[in-house]
Amino acid sequence: MTDEEIVLAIKDIIATIAPDEELEGLTLEERLRDQIDLDSMDFLDIVMELRKLYGVQVPEEDYKELASLQSTVEYLRPHLAEKTLHCAAPQA
Amino acid sequence: MTDLPRIVITGVGLTSPNGDSLGEFRSNLLAGVSGVEPYEIRHFGPTVAGICHFDPLRHQKRKEVRRGTRAGSVAVWCANEALADAGIELEGRDRSRIGIYTGTTEHGNVETENEIHSVSEYDFDLRYWSHHHNPRTVSNNPAGEVTLNLGITGPAYALGGACAAGNLGLIHGAEQLQLGRIDLALAGGVSESIHTFGIFASFHAQGALATHADPTQASRPFDKGRNGIVVSEGGCLYTLERLEDAQARGARIYGELLGYYVNSDAADFVLPNAAGQNACMRGALEHAGIGPEDVDILSTHATSTPSGDVVECGAVREVFGDSTATHVNNTKSFIGHCMGAAGALELAGNLPSFDDATVHPTINVDELDPDCELRNLVLNEPRKIERVDTIMNMSFGMLGINSAVIVRRVP
Repeated sequence: MTDEEIVLAIKDIIATIAPDEELEGLTLEERLRDQIDLDSMDFLDIVMELRKLYGVQVPEEDYKELASLQSTVEYLRPHLAEKTLHCAAPQA
Repeated sequence: MTDLPRIVITGVGLTSPNGDSLGEFRSNLLAGVSGVEPYEIRHFGPTVAGICHFDPLRHQKRKEVRRGTRAGSVAVWCANEALADAGIELEGRDRSRIGIYTGTTEHGNVETENEIHSVSEYDFDLRYWSHHHNPRTVSNNPAGEVTLNLGITGPAYALGGACAAGNLGLIHGAEQLQLGRIDLALAGGVSESIHTFGIFASFHAQGALATHADPTQASRPFDKGRNGIVVSEGGCLYTLERLEDAQARGARIYGELLGYYVNSDAADFVLPNAAGQNACMRGALEHAGIGPEDVDILSTHATSTPSGDVVECGAVREVFGDSTATHVNNTKSFIGHCMGAAGALELAGNLPSFDDATVHPTINVDELDPDCELRNLVLNEPRKIERVDTIMNMSFGMLGINSAVIVRRVP
């Protein structure tokens, strides 16, 4: 997956977990929690979906790496390099 | 009860398989419209069920629906609709003085089955077991979801009472009001039971699950051809207030909770018991300070099982056999068995009788079982009577729990 595809993958997961949120204008650098309504249970959902969809295990000490889209891309890049993007939610 | 505050019903919020408001529900009870449909559930396969069609997004965000449970959505719907019906605004009210009491037959089976199904797709690797499992399966989940949705900070919890639970919410809410612990109760029962295959499989194993070529005729209490229960989902929460509070704010009053009774058969895990039911009915009458002849409508529990209906009719005959004034009906013939919500819904469907003096029937009786014959059993068509002042609602459940409530018109 390219970095752009990783962003798509993450946004797709967030769209499932936070269906009331508008994801169009999300910036890469800002913390996700500062842009949309996400709580700790939602981050656990993100971790679960990464596990289910891509077989990526994110250990608890690494949860902080998922703070922004950019930090998430950097953290996941090595894990997802060989993986193919598949989206659960239909893309807008 | 003379020294205790009088408790009244001032609002009704409900979702049933044949209506999402009291008005719609009542119209369909008078018109003979069933809410039972074809249904299919994982592992069990095709069957019939009573399915609710309310729109959860009227009162919940999509995320709340996703994170919560079906019973939670049912409870949130009912609570919001009841408050609106009662004309109660939460703005400016002390929300710590509102109690939420949901009767449930069971809660958590649906979510547990879903998680087991989910991990089965990952070779039962429990790393795929959701962190949502515990908050979804705790007994107070439906009531708790209402607190989150409405910002209510008072006591909110479940009353587990098998299929007698719908009355328990009401009874407990009334007592908390009488004790002065709260100023407003949202009380009744909820059920999401059609989403657990286990309940269908267990009733089937017991030989107590209804089958019929026409789903709308599957639930047929008192009919000779009845063969079991139709499992349904649903919910009904009432706003309960002390009479003086309701009058002070000029509330419309549906009726007064005049008396109630809860007891146990101590006889069998599943079989109903006429002696226990008889004692429950008599206990409620005594608590209300009235006699059988004062009850205008007796709303039966009858679930359409061959043995259960006969036992109940026997108990009713013993208590009400001499009362020419009492008319008897049943709601499960329309909506199936809404489990924890059954008692609360079945009472609600009868409350409009105070205004229209009409007793809704029990439907689907093509050939009345002689063992179920009762004086003034209202069959298939509604019956207009002179006046309705008092309604008694009965609900019985497994492990031999019986409950009865009596509601009286407030002049």
